[in-house]
Amino acid sequence: MTLLSVEGLTIDLPGTQPGLVEDVTFEVNEGRCTALIGESGCGKSLTSLAVLGLLPPSVRVSAGAVVFDGVDLLTCSPRQLRKIRGGPVGMVFQEPMSSLNPSMTVGDQIAEARRLHLGEGRKVALARAKDLLDRVGIPNAARRLAAYPHEMSGGMQQRVMIAAAIACDPRLIIADEPTTALDVTIQAEILSLLRDLQRDLGLAVLLVTHDLGVVADFCDDVVVMYAGHIAERTGVDDLFYRPAHPYSAALLAAVPQAGQSRSRLTVIPGRVPTAGAFPPGCRFGPRCAHFTAPECARPQPHGRTRCGRVASGDLVLEGALHG
Amino acid sequence: MTLVTRRASAPKIPGPARTSPGRRVLRGVLRRPAVATAAGFLLLLIVLAVAGPLISPHDPDTQDLGNRFAGLSWTHLLGTDEFGRDVASRVIQAARIALAAPLISVGVAVLIGLPLGLWAGLRKGLVDAVAGRLADTVLSLPAMVGALAILAVLGPGLVNAMIAIGIIFAPGLFRVVRGATLAVAEETFVDSAVAIGSPTRRTLWVHILPNIAAPLLVQVTILMGVALLAEASLSFIGLGVQPPEASWGSMLKAAYTNQFDAPFSVVPPGVAMVLTVLAFNTIGDAIRDAVGLRRGR
Repeated sequence: MTLLSVEGLTIDLPGTQPGLVEDVTFEVNEGRCTALIGESGCGKSLTSLAVLGLLPPSVRVSAGAVVFDGVDLLTCSPRQLRKIRGGPVGMVFQEPMSSLNPSMTVGDQIAEARRLHLGEGRKVALARAKDLLDRVGIPNAARRLAAYPHEMSGGMQQRVMIAAAIACDPRLIIADEPTTALDVTIQAEILSLLRDLQRDLGLAVLLVTHDLGVVADFCDDVVVMYAGHIAERTGVDDLFYRPAHPYSAALLAAVPQAGQSRSRLTVIPGRVPTAGAFPPGCRFGPRCAHFTAPECARPQPHGRTRCGRVASGDLVLEGALHG
Repeated sequence: MTLVTRRASAPKIPGPARTSPGRRVLRGVLRRPAVATAAGFLLLLIVLAVAGPLISPHDPDTQDLGNRFAGLSWTHLLGTDEFGRDVASRVIQAARIALAAPLISVGVAVLIGLPLGLWAGLRKGLVDAVAGRLADTVLSLPAMVGALAILAVLGPGLVNAMIAIGIIFAPGLFRVVRGATLAVAEETFVDSAVAIGSPTRRTLWVHILPNIAAPLLVQVTILMGVALLAEASLSFIGLGVQPPEASWGSMLKAAYTNQFDAPFSVVPPGVAMVLTVLAFNTIGDAIRDAVGLRRGR
């Protein structure tokens, strides 16, 4: 069942740059994990922030709808939006160090959501915060309630963030690169924590990432974004076996292969064009190894893939995995 | 053997510190002798202000015209003034005003500047534009002229004078709060507060205010000193306290008028004022150093 659906979302920087994100449509289903992947500057984070209305004041949603559980979050009242933020939808940010208030104990920060949404008193909420700290695997939880964020490691801080995000038994967690700022070993721990929570609590997760390993490990559905567009929407197996957009295929090819020491890293030449400087036709065209003059210079189709050649069966891409 | 026993003892788990960051700063600040002295002096001032009538050797308003300009003596520790009133008692009585006056004006400045600055720093937009222009306008006036203009509307008197000074202070405080808020609002934790459903007002008071407390406290303590001087200036020209009430400013004025009859009489109110302002500034500077701020001037 669809829990969150983003329809035709378009985000502008008024005046200078229209179309930071353009016509983005995807769904997150109940209890499933959807990954939002792409290079930096493709609009992944903007899209995830737009869901909860957290965009910086300088950018604006100019079209589209974000429907969570039947409510359009873009048009509902601020009051209604506040009820959804931290209630049925939790959010985890990239930098745990700066996502926690340095002047507040972690216990109070976890308890805050429950006090705001469920009207619990400080004592009750703190008792619950202790359970949550236990749940996210922080040892000595009762003592840790009184700790300040700077007294914890990055991994612990991210666990605290997750505890705060799940404080009110949400149905959806939006995680914006939750492991990017952490050590590799800690990344694995945080991801397995997220997976356990997803399974145990029946959470849906919208995971913004640029780590394909995380996608393979953790996600069910994948949305590949490029230059403010969705390049491809697919299932995780299809992405790795049968990518349907040259950009996805190029991303897969750029993953370093274990066991091949001293081989050259494959890269995608060039960089993501900035909004306002998009090429006509296919936005990935100038960097694409399969660029063909007339077809790719025309506007590309919507739907599962935004590559006209793949859609028409003209181009067959090779996946990273075979079988 | 010793080694074994030592190892067997329970390992110390580093527990979280029980003191809040604010308390730790306070403790660090008070450890410095100059600051401890300044704080002690202010404390003494507070005691004098509260318990003044019990301590002061004479009634500060009782005149003794036969005993004008008496020199220092055991009955009149600091002599008497042009009406034969006991100067020591009047200095003590004025301590009350010396504390109340800065509290009123800084209070007014905080009341205006803090909410506007927080709001403007977080939400920007119209409030920021309008309040910013207003602040520029007030700041472009010489402070004293502005205060006199406001006093002309409100009428003379201590409370009005201090409100006027507070209004003059508000734009500076607004600027400081707005700037600090702008910096803090960039931090992700403000977003994450919003993301758990914290309304704007709560975000401002619970999440942003504690994180801008350091520059705010510095500004407030320094303004206290400035406010005391402003009160003295207004009382000196007769727009502050009204006789017979004593303020260090009005006492200085009287001393100035009678400087050839009683040259010593400028000393008690003058010294009291210098020490008080110095105490405020020392504490302000110490807080600034303790939290690692530089005064950008």
